[in-house]
Amino acid sequence: MSASPAIEVERLVKIYKNVPAVDAVSFSIAPGSITGLLGGNGAGKTTTIAMIMGLITPTSGRVTVLGAEMPRQRYRVLQRMNFESPYVEMPMRLTIRQNLTVFGMLYGVPDLSDRIAELADALDLTDLLDRPTGKLSAGQKTRVSLAKSLINAPELLLLDEPTASLDPDTADWVRAHLDRYRRDRHATVLLASHNMAEVERLCERVIIMKRGRIEDDDTPARLLARYGRRTLEEVFLDVARGGGEAREAAQ
Amino acid sequence: MITHTESALAFSPRRVAAMMLRYWYLLRSSWPRLVELVYWPMVQMITWGFLQVYVMQNAGFFARAAGTLIGAVLLWDILFRGQLGFSISFLEEMWSRNIGNLMMSPLRPFEFIIALMVMSMVRLLIGAIPVTLLALVFFGFNLYGLGLALGAFFVNLMLTSWAVGIFVSGLVLRNGLGAENFAWSIMFLFMPLTCVYYPVTTLPVWLQPLAWALPPTYVFEGMRALLIEHTFHPNLMIDALGLNVLFFAGGMFGFLKLLQSARRHGSLMQMGE
Repeated sequence: MSASPAIEVERLVKIYKNVPAVDAVSFSIAPGSITGLLGGNGAGKTTTIAMIMGLITPTSGRVTVLGAEMPRQRYRVLQRMNFESPYVEMPMRLTIRQNLTVFGMLYGVPDLSDRIAELADALDLTDLLDRPTGKLSAGQKTRVSLAKSLINAPELLLLDEPTASLDPDTADWVRAHLDRYRRDRHATVLLASHNMAEVERLCERVIIMKRGRIEDDDTPARLLARYGRRTLEEVFLDVARGGGEAREAAQ
Repeated sequence: MITHTESALAFSPRRVAAMMLRYWYLLRSSWPRLVELVYWPMVQMITWGFLQVYVMQNAGFFARAAGTLIGAVLLWDILFRGQLGFSISFLEEMWSRNIGNLMMSPLRPFEFIIALMVMSMVRLLIGAIPVTLLALVFFGFNLYGLGLALGAFFVNLMLTSWAVGIFVSGLVLRNGLGAENFAWSIMFLFMPLTCVYYPVTTLPVWLQPLAWALPPTYVFEGMRALLIEHTFHPNLMIDALGLNVLFFAGGMFGFLKLLQSARRHGSLMQMGE
């Protein structure tokens, strides 16, 4: 296994009409790790993830994913990564099986029927496989999106608000599955969220963003200790309200 | 090192097949979509067919030019439905908010376009074959009687329809569903200029060079020559093919530039209006 970072972001900038959405962001993610990208609305999480995926071209800076420069060399690595985002959906009229078949073929998955059966079993979708995706509940749709994002057993998984709009029980179930997948496959996961409990539970490292910049970057335990708080939510509120001053005061 | 299979130009028939399967599943799951493929071409053919019957009964010239109107209607439908079939398959991805999934998958833009072209042909044939048979039954007009010329007409019209469809898809990708109306209406700009129902000489002299710059003009002129003078002009088809190569290259270039612009502006993440 390569020791080089799974994701390397260097001085990444994205400017929309003179407004910086992402402003000189740099970080690298170790292979096999799970990292949370935390921030409020408009913090730049989704734009950062979209630039990592190659969906948005940076104004300046550099993104390297699994050794390929994005978006220029994206076809070298797209087969080894996948994503889930609330900004996209699966075609509603197609059944779960049809959708997974189409995406499995796009990702060049071998033994596709077996892989679909395996995923359906793991995500409790077996009885629903021949149901149109549009006729599923929000929780079931999220599990289908998760199945799509795991169809190619990706080495790198990018998740944007994976449990948004789910009830606590389903959200917990999804988190447990993601954690298990990451450990079993030694996959790298980058998770953008504004759900503090989720990040606290899943992530070994947290990058806090605010107004397009990185405000802090550490393990959850060290962040809690530094800010003298009991939960990441309290740390987040400190950062959101005080910015850099909060951290300096904490230090 | 980039291997062949990893490059942006690596072609995968399996990925093209995946996209065709996706559209086939969609068509199969929705009878209104299937009915719509036949409905409008049939309504148009019947309306113009009866008009032709009326004109033939009252005008000597058109009596000699039997089939011109229905022929024009059926060929126009190949052009219009070819583009619409391409654009609707593309719009299905926008409507279902699936375009981000595709753009993040290993599917190459040219594989996506090939799948859309094949599906536009499938959609067209589903609609056109029953309608051409009805034209034969109702009005005695046998489109297949045009023989090899029909093949030349078909190829040229499909190439133009794809070129326009590719460019319009780029517009929608860059500007979101606010640009959807172009998909429905852009071909109507071609209708007066490509002289579907009348000869090019009907246009003002200053407008005629513009008409001759459009490949379908050659097809409709060729059709009239075949039906009225019983003469096939291969040179018209060769000229149309040459122009179509330019149109197709222009459509692809426009699509890729608009896709590049969509990535720059973040449009692929904001697929609303």
